[in-house]
This record gives sequence, C-alpha cells and structure tokens, in this order.
Amino acid sequence: MTFKRVAAASVAALMVASPVMADLVFPSLSYRTGPFAAGGIPYADGFADYMTLLNERDGGIGGVAVQVPECETAYNTEKGVECYESTKGMGALAYNPLSTGITYQLIPKATADDIPLYTPGYGRTSAANGDVFSHVFNFPANYWNGASAAINHVLDLNGGDLKGKKIVLLHFNGAYGKEPIPTLTKLGEKHGYDLTTIPIDYPGQEQKAQWLQIRREKPDYVLFWGWGVMNQVAIQEAANIRYPMDQFIGVWWSGAEHDVKPAGEKATGYKAMTFHGVGSDYPVFGDLQKYVVDAGKAAGDGSNVGTVIYNRGVYAAMMLAEAAKNAQEIHGVADITSAQMRDGLEQLEITNARMAELGMEGFGPEFKVSCANHGGPGAIAIQQWDGAAGKWSLITDFSGSDMDVIQPLIDADSAAYAAENKIDPQCN
Amino acid sequence: MPEQLLFAMEVTLNGLMAGVLYALVALGFVLIFKASGIFNFAQGMLVVFAAMTLVGVQTGQIPFAHLINTIFGTKIHHFGWTVPTILAIIVAGAAMVLVAWIIEKYILQHLIGQPDIILFMATIGMWYFMHGFAPLMWGSEVMKLDVGLAQGINETIDTTTYNWFGYGFFIDNLDIVAAIVAALLVAALVLFSQYTKQGRALRAVADDHSAALSVGISLRFIWVLVWSIAGFVALVAGIMWGSKSGVQISLAEVALKALPVLMLGGFTSIPGAIIGGLIIGVGEQLFEFAIGPLVGGATQAWFAYVLALVFLIFRPQGLFGEKIIERV
Repeated sequence: MTFKRVAAASVAALMVASPVMADLVFPSLSYRTGPFAAGGIPYADGFADYMTLLNERDGGIGGVAVQVPECETAYNTEKGVECYESTKGMGALAYNPLSTGITYQLIPKATADDIPLYTPGYGRTSAANGDVFSHVFNFPANYWNGASAAINHVLDLNGGDLKGKKIVLLHFNGAYGKEPIPTLTKLGEKHGYDLTTIPIDYPGQEQKAQWLQIRREKPDYVLFWGWGVMNQVAIQEAANIRYPMDQFIGVWWSGAEHDVKPAGEKATGYKAMTFHGVGSDYPVFGDLQKYVVDAGKAAGDGSNVGTVIYNRGVYAAMMLAEAAKNAQEIHGVADITSAQMRDGLEQLEITNARMAELGMEGFGPEFKVSCANHGGPGAIAIQQWDGAAGKWSLITDFSGSDMDVIQPLIDADSAAYAAENKIDPQCN
Repeated sequence: MPEQLLFAMEVTLNGLMAGVLYALVALGFVLIFKASGIFNFAQGMLVVFAAMTLVGVQTGQIPFAHLINTIFGTKIHHFGWTVPTILAIIVAGAAMVLVAWIIEKYILQHLIGQPDIILFMATIGMWYFMHGFAPLMWGSEVMKLDVGLAQGINETIDTTTYNWFGYGFFIDNLDIVAAIVAALLVAALVLFSQYTKQGRALRAVADDHSAALSVGISLRFIWVLVWSIAGFVALVAGIMWGSKSGVQISLAEVALKALPVLMLGGFTSIPGAIIGGLIIGVGEQLFEFAIGPLVGGATQAWFAYVLALVFLIFRPQGLFGEKIIERV
C-alpha cells in the first residue's frame, strides 16, 4: 500500500472516530461497569439522553450539534484521569467527572488546561468559592449544604429545638463520607445536639457492629453518607433493628430506587436529600420519551427514565447545555471554546421561567452563579420512599442551608488550598 | 448484670452469626483447594453469578436481554413468567454444574501438569471474565433476592433475653437460618466425602493426584464434581449475602472476608473454615465494640487480616491446615 493510501485511510478513520470539530463536545466519564454500575448507568443514560434530545428536537445548542463521547472509568480515579487525558483533545468544553476522587485529581489539570469542571452534588465542597477555584463549579448544592439541609429538616420536625437530641452520622470511611463532619459539628455547637460519627469501611457489606451500636445508643436521627452496596445493607439493617425509617435520612447518593428496593416495604418512610425533582411528571420527560427513547436513540433501554439517578444525569446535562447557550450569547459565537464555556458557567442564571420553558418547572431551584459563588444556592429538598407505591415523593420544597455556618468553612478550606497552591484570587 | 457485659454478649452472638456467613464463602475456596491445590480467585464471582442466575431465573428475566436489544433493536426483558423458588434454585444449581464443566473443559484440562501459580493465574482470568460476563447476562442493576427467608430481629430471643437480663438481644432471623444451613451443608459434605464412592474418590485425589490416577480415578470427573459442589456452596452463600444487600456485582467482594478465614482455619480443612469464620466473626465484632471507638471505628476491614497474620506467625498452616514438609 502506498504512503498516500495509508494517509488517506488514516484521515478517513480519524474523521469517523473523532467528533466533528464544530460540535459541542461534553465527554461523559461514565461507569457502566464495576461495583457502582447500578448508579453509574442511569446517570450516564440521563446525561446522554438529554443531549440527544437537544440534537433531535432543537438541532443542538444554538444550531450546533452536541457530542457526548463516553469513556469508562469504572469509578476508578486512575482510569478517570486517563479518560480526561484521552478525550480533552476532542475539543472538550467541560467535564462532569462523576467521582469525588477523579475531581480532586482533575482540579489542577483542568484549571491549567482552561477546561471547566462541573461537579453537581459531589467533589470538593469548597470549590464553591470561585475566587479560588476558577474552573470548578458545583452548583446547585454541595455536601455541606446537604448536612445543613438535613439538620434544617430535623429542626422543622422538632419545632426548631434540637437541644439534647442525639444524631448519628453513619458514613463511608473515606473523603466523601467525612465531608459533612465539620459542618455537622459546627451545627451541633449551634443547635445543641450530640453528634456521634460511625464509619463504615468499603464495601460495607457487613455493618452489624455499626447497627448494634445504633440500637444501643438509640439516636433520635441517623444521617447517612453511603454509596454502592453500603446503601442497600444500611437500609436493610435499619429495618432489621426496627429503627424508625422516617428518622433515617440519606444524602442524595444514598437515595435511589435500587438503594431501597432490596429491603422491600420495610424501607417505607426512609428519607433522602435531593437537589432536583423526582419522578417523570415533568414535560421534558415526555420529550425524552418521544424524541429519544421511542426513536430508538436512547443511551440505555429507556427503563431508567424518571428514576432518581437518571434525573440527576438529565439535570447535569441541562445545566451544561444552558451554560453553553449562555456562552454562545456572551461571546456571540456558536462554536465556543472551553474558556468561553467557563464564562457561560460563571454567568449562568437559572430562573423559574427558564425552567418552565425547558419543561422542568419546579425540577430545581432558581439561582444565579457568580465569580465568587460557584456553588449556587445550596437549596435542597427532602424526598421520602413509599415502598407500597414503589416511588419517591418530595415532602418539602427546595430551601437554602445555613450559610452562616457553611461559608466560613468554605472560606477556610479554599484559603488553605489557595495558599498551598499559590493561587491568586480571581474575583475583584 | 453490667450493661457493657450484656452488650458484649450481644456483640459476641452476632459475631458468631457473621462468622458463619464468612465461613460459607470460605468453604467454596477450601473444597477446590483441597481437591486440586488451586486457590480459586474467582470464588467470589461464582457467588455473584450463582445469585444472579437464581434471581434471573426466578423473575423470568431473559438472559443477555441488553445485548439482544442492542443488536436487534428489540425491547425484550422478561419472559412474562416467574419461577417457583425451589425450581429456580435447582436451575441455578444446574447452571453452576454447567459452569464447572466449562471451566474444566476449556481451562483446567489444558493446564494439567502446570505449576500451581499458572492455575491460580487462570482463576484470576476467570474472575475478570465473569466480572464482565455476569452483568452482560443478567444486567448491572441491583437485583432484589427474595427466596422467602425471614429477616429482621428474632422476637423470641429478644423477649427471652429481655426477661432474663432486662435487655433484649438482637439476632437477625436470616443469620439464624444461615447458621442452620451452614451446619447442614457441612454435615452433608462430610457424609458425602465419607460414605459415597465419589466422595472417597474426591478424598483420594485430595491426598495424592498421581496415586488416585493410578487406581483409575478420573481427575476430570473429580474436578467437575468439586467445582460443581463449590458452585453450589457459592449459590448458598449468594442467597444469604444477596438477601441482605440485593444481588449485585459487588457481592464478589465478600471473598475478601473469606481470605483471613482461610489463613486462620487452613486452606484444606472444612471444619477449619467454620472455626476460622467464627473466630474472625467474633474477633472483629468484639474488637470494633471494645477498641473501635478509641481508634476511629470501622476496624472490621483490617482487623480480620491482622488476626490472621498473628496466627500465621505461630501456625503458618492455619489452625487445621496440613503442615507441609518439603525435604531437599
């Protein structure tokens, strides 16, 4: 074969394999395999399906098609970094790494590469301080908002008085699970409750000791930061010791259908925090069904549409799409760069009117991102499981968290990061 | 009676129960190692595959539905029927026999005479293969396993201990069932190996491969037999563990709990697996109860290994393992 033929074949292969450069590229660092696949699959499906909906219904964003190349991380940090390195050359506009571990590794890399990271509801909590973390966005809520929202909910249930109450934080014994401890400790000093932390090591299949301790100490509430099989076991063990399910409140990563279903109807009453709507009773899901699932273009088989984690993927994709649209408007170009995408994220405003236009009225709170605040409003609702009906329902509105306690923690942590990495504040 | 002593008694009882569940997984390792000298790294995946197959058959799930739908554009998921639990267990057991036959025919047969490390590496390959194959066949969702086993606090024990001590002990009904099943399983295995022709052949192979071959025992048959039994033990372990957490790929990690049990009990002893499981179960629960709060908790993950290592220093072959003497 001549050199010309080889070259022509190589160019043709590249054209087929790579996204067209004019497309808006949002790589999906998904995990469809491994021990956390049950959560990773619906998220990746929701993320991809929403982008497909934009392509099929609207012709993309601002007339430019969207591409979502997937790279399998198996929830492994090293693979996640490899995925980042192998996809950023495609013209990636933003990354949603879907793992706190991968996020921590990518923060300096992505900042140096001028590519924004979007980490809704996970990652480094203090990245909410845009003054230090110029390329990281974690709106609309982070773990510290979650901790505060859980305490706010408990305050509501107790007439605003938690003095002398016992609260247990049952958590994954790692960075993610330990995130809420400073906030809960500070809130304990403020509201007068006793906090006990009980760690569970990965994978968490055996939690007998932890639940015997809970049975002995009889806490008024158990807050839960778990992930993977740890969730199913914890909910089953709570049911086994007959802990009141409506006093057991999980973070949003411990509140999916597959977390509660193995325990059957005994899981009824279990609560979880959420920063987005539940179910499929929103017009956007009709469009997803019509333009994506029924058209045979869904990333999965369509069975996950409307489930908690699928909805979270849809919500994340919507935010990035809105930010891309915003960037196009700010810079007056359709083919935006990752730097322009960062600007779109930093000046994003989500209003109720816009949510209604998107067919997502009431699906999430309205908010405005700014240079200093990349974390959004921290507005969180509480959802509750009904085992008989087999569905989650929102039992509170989205409401804010105690920023008087959280903001100093964000400032202190981000200041430490800035000093360590010699970062000058970006907002003047 | 002092409150702390009552709590310690409750923790000890629960540790014994947890130990039985560890022993169930360890048994599968022991059976294969004893008969063939292979440390089966894939035993945890056998647990997952057996449990997934059970739920899949029971709920009428179509195997490889996702693959079929992707290739042909169909939307099939279920046959539209459910299968009675006992029949589903039989089908899952038969599937494990098929798996054993496939492993023997396509892997072990080609490795006869190879060093043990090669066979061990082959089982690592099997682990990876099954890690992909099982979700491909049955999906990656968490599958609810319901074979009618009681779960939750045992009322009788709770009430009785409350009347005796003024504090009701928590014992999970599922753990009691697991203990009974484990006892029956061990009894059946002992009877099988002592009183059946195949069992005696199995023991002969375990003692000396070459001698067994010289008297006409088929090594291939024995390997299929022992892998089938290990597959059945995996199915039992999968039922018990899967009932607690739902059936999912991370169930394979229960094998991590079996390793310290094997190190402690010995790789070649069925009673060793049981006793080792009980020691590890009680040890880690009591350690977490007494020392855990002083060192930040979550000690179960590493304590079992530390305990096993301490045993290794004084008794490398484990409590019931065979002492290996190599003359040079």
